[in-house]
This record gives sequence, C-alpha cells and structure tokens, in this order.
Amino acid sequence: MSPLARCALAVFAVALVCIAADAALAQPFGMPRGAAPPPAPVGGLTGYILAKQAEFYRLLSGTIRAAKADGSAGWTLLGISFLYGIFHAAGPGHGKAVISSYLVANDETWRRGIILSFASALLQALTAIVIVAIAAVLLNATAKAMGDTVRVVEIVGYSLIVVIGLRLLWVKGRALLRLLRPQAAPVHRGHDHHGHDHHHHDHAHDHAHHDHEHHDHEDEASAWGHAHAPEPSELSGKHWFRRALSAVIAVGLRPCSGAIIVLVFALAQGLFWIGVASTFAMGLGTAITVAAIATLAVGARSFAGRIAKAKPGRGMVLVRLLETGAAAAIVVFGVALLTGYMASERMGLF
Amino acid sequence: MFLRLLCAAVFIALAAPASAHPHVWITMKSEVLIGPDGVVTGIRHHWAFDDMFSAFALQGTESKEKGKYTRDELAPLAKVNVESLKDYDYFTYASADGKKIELLPPTSDYWLDYNDSVLTLNFTLPVKTPVKAKELKFDIYDPSIFIDFAFDKTEPGKIVGGNHCKMDVVYPREMTFAEGKALSDIPADQPNLTMAWGEKFTNKLLVHCP
Repeated sequence: MSPLARCALAVFAVALVCIAADAALAQPFGMPRGAAPPPAPVGGLTGYILAKQAEFYRLLSGTIRAAKADGSAGWTLLGISFLYGIFHAAGPGHGKAVISSYLVANDETWRRGIILSFASALLQALTAIVIVAIAAVLLNATAKAMGDTVRVVEIVGYSLIVVIGLRLLWVKGRALLRLLRPQAAPVHRGHDHHGHDHHHHDHAHDHAHHDHEHHDHEDEASAWGHAHAPEPSELSGKHWFRRALSAVIAVGLRPCSGAIIVLVFALAQGLFWIGVASTFAMGLGTAITVAAIATLAVGARSFAGRIAKAKPGRGMVLVRLLETGAAAAIVVFGVALLTGYMASERMGLF
Repeated sequence: MFLRLLCAAVFIALAAPASAHPHVWITMKSEVLIGPDGVVTGIRHHWAFDDMFSAFALQGTESKEKGKYTRDELAPLAKVNVESLKDYDYFTYASADGKKIELLPPTSDYWLDYNDSVLTLNFTLPVKTPVKAKELKFDIYDPSIFIDFAFDKTEPGKIVGGNHCKMDVVYPREMTFAEGKALSDIPADQPNLTMAWGEKFTNKLLVHCP
C-alpha cells in the first residue's frame, strides 16, 4: 500500500477508535457511586472551544435583559447566539459524530452532508421551541416536567440512533463478508496463475462499481423483506433524503439544553419571541459547524475510496471494513447514550 | 500537506477529549460543621444559581406576588432539587485523613431563597459516622462539567464549631499553556496516567485540626 493510502486508512482507524473511546469515556456516572474521578481539565483547542462557548452562553442572559429595554440589543443577541451555536457544536457532542458516521457508512456526497447537517440543526431548534411553547407557554409546566419531557424525547432519539446503526451494521457487515468470501474461491478452483490474477482484478472492480446494484439488493430483499436498506444505489435517486430523514430525526430530536434554558429565561422576561429568534440563530451556528465536520468526513471517505479503487481487492475490503466500522460506531453511540453511560446533558437534575 | 491537515482536522473533530460544557453556574459558600469534641458532623452548602438557570428552574412555580417567591412557595422545588441531587452524590466528595467518608442525604433542613433574580439552595449533608480527623478534605465538582462550581469570592467557606481547626480553600487554578499542551498531546483514546490533573483543578476545602 502506498504511504498515502496507509495514512488515510490510519486516520479512519484512529477516528473510529476515538469515536468509540469518546463514547466510552464520556460519562463517569456509569461508575460506582462516589468513585467518580475529578474532571480532567481540557487544554488546547478543545479547551479554547469550551471556554468560548461558556463565555458566549453567559453573555446571553445579559443581552436578553438588555433587549427588554432596547430593541436594538436583539441584533447583538442574534450574533452572540450564532457564535454560541458555532462553538457549542464544535465541542463534544453526539450529533456531529452520528451524522459523520452515517455519511461515511453510506458513502454520501458532501452536498448531502451539508443538507443533513442543516436539517438536523433546524429540527433541533424546532424541538426546543415546540417543547417550551407547549410545556411552558401553554401548560405552565414546571422545569422538572419539562426535563422529564426532554428525557422521553431523547430516549426516542437515542433508540432511533441504535436502530439506524444496527441496520447499517447489518447491511455493511454482510457486504463485507460477501466481499471476503468469494476471494478465497478462485484458489480452490485451481485457475492457472495468469487467469487467477486477471479474474481477481476484474472481480475487485466489479465490486467497486456494481456491488450495490446487484449483490446487495439480492441479499437485501431476503433479509429485510420489503424494507430496503439505505444503499448507495437507492440513495442516488430522489429517495435519499427520505432514507436520511431517520438520521436527521435521530440527531435533531433531542433539543439542546442551552436552547431550552434560554427560551424559558426569555419567556420569564416576557420576550419569548426573542428567545425563539435566538434559538434559530444558535441552530444556524450549529449547522455550520456540523456541516464543516461532515464535509471533512465525506472528503476523507471519498479520498479513501479513490485509493481503494487504485488498489483492487484489498482496498475494497478496507473500504467495506471502514463502512462497517462507521456503522458499528453509530450503534456504540446509541447504546452509550441510551444507557446513560454517555449522558450528553442532564436536564432532569432540577 | 493537505493530507496532514486532513488527518489533523478529522482527529480534532472526532477525538475531542471527553468533556461536557456547563449550562449551569453555581456560586457556593460552604460550612464544615465540627462538634465541640472536634468530630466532623457534616457540611452545609449554600449554592447560588446563575440568573438564567434560576429563571429556568422557577418555571411553573406559582407565587402570590409576581417576581417574588417565599420559602414556602419554593419548598416543592427545593424538595425536587435535593432529591435529584442524591443521584449525583450532591457533587460533594469527602475524606478524613485520606479515607473516604460517607455523607447522608439532607434531613429536613433544606430550603430555597430567591433574591435579585438568583435562586439559592441551602442544605446540610450529615456525615454518616462522625469522625475525628486531623485532615479533612471536601471536593466539590461535577465530573461531567454540566454544572460549573465556583467558590464565592468573599466568603468561600468557613468552619462552624471546632475552634482549634483551620481551613484552607483551594481554588481550581487556571491551566498553564504548557500543561494544556502536554494534556492535549496525550492521545484521546488513552487514559491519562502520567499527570494527576484532577487534584489541581477542583474546588476543595481542607480542614486541619490538631
């Protein structure tokens, strides 16, 4: 393998390991009582991002109060909310990781990555607004009731992540196994050396280009009955967004605690609509960051794909391995979130 | 070069160290309770929430006078707070002469106050088995950093009773650039075994008794 190929694959291996490690290490509350270690302080770029986001978040309350007296502070608020969204999404969170893994597993284009990022961020803003509008504005529910509502919504979202991951893992895992199986076959059949080589080469190309259209679909039909898995051949059609909608919902369903707190705070000041505007500005900022990260993931994925094409046989196996790994990462995320091992945010506390 | 950048970017994007981001800020004053015989009996906390979270927490709580809440009106909320905090060990970890000591849930002496848009939670955690110790240590922090704890600037902590004991308040210090860099150099998928960071960055009350 060329050094380039090796680096690209190494990056992916590291990225996948890190996704898994991130999920596994993130939540100390899974540990026995009282054994929780002190927080490891964060330095470097992540430390900077965390510090910035805290800074912008703390500016929000003052700016909302200011907007009450002077309408022009509303513009400042939108700017701060937008910046907060950008930094907030850059910090650790499951949304961008799930979206990126989904894109990698499905070999999506960067354009679709951006659409998915914006759609999920918009949905996230809408869920926060709908929850606060119904619970706080209409029903005057307590903070605890709202926290409980969020908890239910997030369980649905996390379960959906597990389902999406398992489904992708099934499809990609089978594609990987299929790819590994026939490779051994020619050896047993005893082709002459030249013929074998030739066959092998052709075969790999076949997989690279036509795999999904033919083989996958067959297995698909038998494994899922009428349910079609989101295969690239299908996704290239108009239906891709309908398929991807499950990922958008899984990620976007869980509202950001920050948005809910800001909305309720704005409501308490009698400025609910200012809160709504702020939430959308946050969503826009979040979308931009997630889209940037998704684009990187897609770029790296297609780069690995191109290298794989140049390396028939083995390259394709590695790409399939990568896709299967990405699918597995989604499952790990979903399970970690669902079991509370990786609680991203805790609304039910007060 | 491009590839290197890509490597670095993907790494940063996906491998960010596991940590959360505060959504709640608590300014705290804490009192270590020591009996006349020099035995530690508990710790009393006064936690003031930031104004945004205070407004959030008050959502749905009724009051007779708009914008004002009496202790009685806040009693149900205080109950929810104290009961929920149990699952998080009240974010308080205590030890006596290096040995962990167990804290009990507050009995009935807890309440909320609301002044100047700030909600303050007051509660006492009794020590399960009161002990006499030369060195007492209380760590107060949220391991997930959803809550950012900071001592009150003017009155961080004090000893109630125990005339002969002295207290040191240890503030979490800022990380130096070199430390930050050293920490970020540890691969994110490997545990940090070389640097005892946590010790240096939590809020601590140290009590020394003769």
